[in-house]
Amino acid sequence: MLDFSMTPGAFGFEAWQSRWSILSGVGVTMASSGLTIVFATILGILFGVALTYGWWWLRLVIRLYVDVMRGIPVLVLILFTYYGLALFGINVPAFWAGVIALSGFATAHIAETLRGAVQSVPQGQMEAGKAIGLRFAQRLRYVILPQAVRRMLPPWVNTCLEIVKGTTLLSVIGVVELLLASQQIMARNYLIVDFYLLATVLYLVINFTIAQIGGVLERRFSYLRY
Amino acid sequence: MSDQALLRATGVRKSFGSIEVLKGIDLTVRQGQVVSLIGASGSGKTTFLRCVNLLEEHDSGEILLDGDPIGYRVEGGKRRRLSEARVSAQRARIGMVFQQFNLFPHLTAEENVMLGLTKVLGRTRAEARDIAGQWLARVGLEARREHYPYQLSGGQQQRVAIARAVAMEPRLLLFDEVTSALDPELVAEVLGVMQQLAESGMTMLVVSHEMLFVRDVSHHVVFMDGGRVAQAGTPDQVFHHPESERLRSFLGRFHGMFGNAL
Repeated sequence: MLDFSMTPGAFGFEAWQSRWSILSGVGVTMASSGLTIVFATILGILFGVALTYGWWWLRLVIRLYVDVMRGIPVLVLILFTYYGLALFGINVPAFWAGVIALSGFATAHIAETLRGAVQSVPQGQMEAGKAIGLRFAQRLRYVILPQAVRRMLPPWVNTCLEIVKGTTLLSVIGVVELLLASQQIMARNYLIVDFYLLATVLYLVINFTIAQIGGVLERRFSYLRY
Repeated sequence: MSDQALLRATGVRKSFGSIEVLKGIDLTVRQGQVVSLIGASGSGKTTFLRCVNLLEEHDSGEILLDGDPIGYRVEGGKRRRLSEARVSAQRARIGMVFQQFNLFPHLTAEENVMLGLTKVLGRTRAEARDIAGQWLARVGLEARREHYPYQLSGGQQQRVAIARAVAMEPRLLLFDEVTSALDPELVAEVLGVMQQLAESGMTMLVVSHEMLFVRDVSHHVVFMDGGRVAQAGTPDQVFHHPESERLRSFLGRFHGMFGNAL
């Protein structure tokens, strides 16, 4: 089926012709995923800590945020961020609207994951930190979070993979990421199966790499046992 | 200080919900003394110890360390809770060793000891490493500095925990049933370290079921029963002249175990 010959109309030729579009699509997919992962991880850890140790009103607000975010389809969230914000006169470029929507969604997931991880650290760890005179912020930073983050690693890798897959939804608001780039190429040469296959392979390569990095991190922290 | 009382508790009460666990505890620990708390489980020993280190907040009465009330200050006749920073500073003057060791599993033995030295006492890493090395050597674990807790036996973990507490140079060291979670053959090594500390003049408040240790090392023994101090005195008074039936029957359980050693 895949014709790798370099004659016009064959997959090999067409792929070579469109190499820059595809690479740019891969670049946009990686950039939007990467930014989302960074934002969602930082915010998710902050929200997760607040969800565990915050004042009651803060916990309430964040609990509400997490439940709302988890209950809304990501696609609706993306469309709302892009078109909805425009209604209020806030015009966000499609790329950033997508990153904001995906970050908002993934933040909720990571916050919830971190809360679970923090609560699974034995109570005695907090007490041992108190006993040597560490203040709350220090106990969090030097005692609780290093252990919680280690426990959070496997579900966090999962969320990262979901984020990469979620960036395909940005095609709906016109962000030319890998999926939309592939579709634009298909519209020219009608090699539909071939280019969907190519996109699939490229997504797999990206996600396989992330999973491998996750595995390396888990081995790096493997000394953390009880 | 006139009477050299390092720790003075008067009328300490503490309830969990509707259950009153401490019903007015009076207790004094003088500088350099080893005071042991004995009694059946549920008698309030551990709760009292946790109140001293502010892991629990007592409801009424007062606990003074070097004359300062623990956990609050009195302002116009009212108790005001201390700020988190002040509470932490008070805790840093009191060391505590736990039944479950509670070593930090993500840090090596040496780093466990160093954490408080660098972050609480503001020592440099080099100084902290020196001090940690000295204390780990004192508890016989010089060769285990780079080991993570999971690579150590229970007895070794507990000795690291003692090094971690004592390296902070606390005014008072609390021991909460520190051998209860250990395999029997590992108990002796931990008690040995505690005995050394006692002989070096460390002020210690010990909750323990190791009656031979309590009898041989303590200056003062306190028998608690139902949230009250039922009898207190020298080891000889408490072990050989029990005043109450409760204390006699409590000690009787251990006589069975140790023959006539008590």
